[in-house]
Amino acid sequence: MIRRHPVEILLWIALATLPLWLGPLGGYTALGTKILIYGIAALALNLVLGFTGGLSFGHAAYFGLGAYGAGMTLKYLVPSTPLAIVVGTLAGGLAATLLGPLVMRRRGIYFAMITIAIGQLFYFIAVRWNNVTGGEDGLAGFRRQPLHFGSFVFDVQNEIKYYYLVLFCFVIAVVIMRVLLASPLGHTWVAIRENRRRALFLGLRTDLYVWAAFAISGTITALAGTLNAMLFNFTSPQDLHWILSGNFVIMIVMGGMRKFWGPLVGVTIFVVAQDYLSSLTDNWMSLIGLLFVLIVLLFPKGILGLIAPRRREVSTPRAPGIQQADAVLEEDGSPLRDSTKSLREATK
Amino acid sequence: MNDAGAVVARRAPAARASPALLRLDNVSRHFGKLQAVQDVSFAMNEGELRAVIGPNGAGKTTFFNLITGFVPPTSGDIWFDGKNIRDRSVVYRVHKGIVRTFQITEVFPDLSVSENVRVGVETAAGLNGRPWLPRHVRGDVERRVDELLDIVGLANKANRTVGELAHGDQRVVEIALALTMNPRLLLLDEPTAGMGDTETDHMVDLVRRLHDERGLSILFIEHDMSIVFGIAQKITVLDQGRVLAEGSAADISANEQVRAAYLGEAQ
Repeated sequence: MIRRHPVEILLWIALATLPLWLGPLGGYTALGTKILIYGIAALALNLVLGFTGGLSFGHAAYFGLGAYGAGMTLKYLVPSTPLAIVVGTLAGGLAATLLGPLVMRRRGIYFAMITIAIGQLFYFIAVRWNNVTGGEDGLAGFRRQPLHFGSFVFDVQNEIKYYYLVLFCFVIAVVIMRVLLASPLGHTWVAIRENRRRALFLGLRTDLYVWAAFAISGTITALAGTLNAMLFNFTSPQDLHWILSGNFVIMIVMGGMRKFWGPLVGVTIFVVAQDYLSSLTDNWMSLIGLLFVLIVLLFPKGILGLIAPRRREVSTPRAPGIQQADAVLEEDGSPLRDSTKSLREATK
Repeated sequence: MNDAGAVVARRAPAARASPALLRLDNVSRHFGKLQAVQDVSFAMNEGELRAVIGPNGAGKTTFFNLITGFVPPTSGDIWFDGKNIRDRSVVYRVHKGIVRTFQITEVFPDLSVSENVRVGVETAAGLNGRPWLPRHVRGDVERRVDELLDIVGLANKANRTVGELAHGDQRVVEIALALTMNPRLLLLDEPTAGMGDTETDHMVDLVRRLHDERGLSILFIEHDMSIVFGIAQKITVLDQGRVLAEGSAADISANEQVRAAYLGEAQ
């Protein structure tokens, strides 16, 4: 699973040098920061969506909880960036861990419905709890703070330095997720996605592993939320809304949910298109929608699903599927006939 | 009181004297008004290779589902290795060594053959929750995977995606998956269904080898009588949810009731 691909090395070089080349290319550093932040969230959501097979439509809840956790820590508790990250991440992670049992037994559309419902719950709390969360207007009045390492100060109020803080978190999140996916835990998730019934009959308590995926995924998504709040020094109920959850899913599907890096590709396309199109027209959402439809029609497995197809095999002619065979047998009762015949021969 | 005493009296000596690996005592299962399995008693010893046959709707698959815990019995007891498992979960039974394959092939289609088997090996070793494995444990897992692929003869297809394999090979993958769980009792639901002649021969050979060389206890459902009479040491005939007859191939062929049930229409 952990194979170093040349393209992956290029990706890391590109990310490490992004502030140098994004400007001349017409972008700005905060755009790169946003891609990395949404990238963390989408890669984390994909642990549940693409690797465990649970259609979560409520991950904005954990993103938003991370954002509010970080914002409130800075505003009400201590003006400390690392503490804001830790508190926000734990808040979102705790919520995902506690709510996991509600979703772990659900499958398919029921999984999606219950995750949306839980997500909207947090949205309404944020909207209604005016005096703490700032209600509809969002939470403002906090700033990310410089990092102190003894006498050395890394002032992340500078956009480029903040980019590197986010990149650092991105690297940690990616390493954690890659190690997990290469571990027995990750193998178990994929097995559950592939065939939950079979996994159960191997003696796996499938719901517990879905829970683990959900909790870990929610925690890492919350980390992304904390970084997002500090990027804009602002967060609003929109960061908890199901539309953001849906956008995460769209990004993942566009990029390719069966590939580890698929979500990052989707995020890049989505965020760049959003940034560019919204400067052209107010109606940018319909254009993104069009883009999404095109990508899904042209590359059903996402963009990475097309660029890097699975190992090609000479296709083997298949014997008739067991299901068909059963249907046929059931219809004309041939097993009885066959067995009757052989029994007759045997008893002669 | 008398009845209860009789039941205990009937069971107690059996539990002490018989080394039965699996025993069903008067097990019934109803689905609404449908009596899928009625008052079935069955015992099987360690190391036996046995077959269950019967016409469609005889209750064979329900019989398997009762043993594996997929459905609980309406009444009756199921004993495995001296313990009553009638109320135990599927997962418990798998860990005790009751492992099955399905009538409809159940594998992990998008994973390679070795990845399929690896999931099973890691599950059997209780490693599933581990977020990280030391190198030597990973090596152990790989060796076990290779060993199992050798046993079932799929070593040369280890890196193929299972969903792209021929149907017969997919069924063999399923058996490999079952073997990862170190079964004490392997249940095969129509192992050769939907297979061509060559594939069938291969599967029959595999089942026979698992029994002969590894001493595995195997119980299988099969429609192809030549296979049943060819390899089963003892055959149980189910009909309309009841045990119609039980015995060696010769007994079953000679049994008037079986002939009547099976051949009634022909005679």
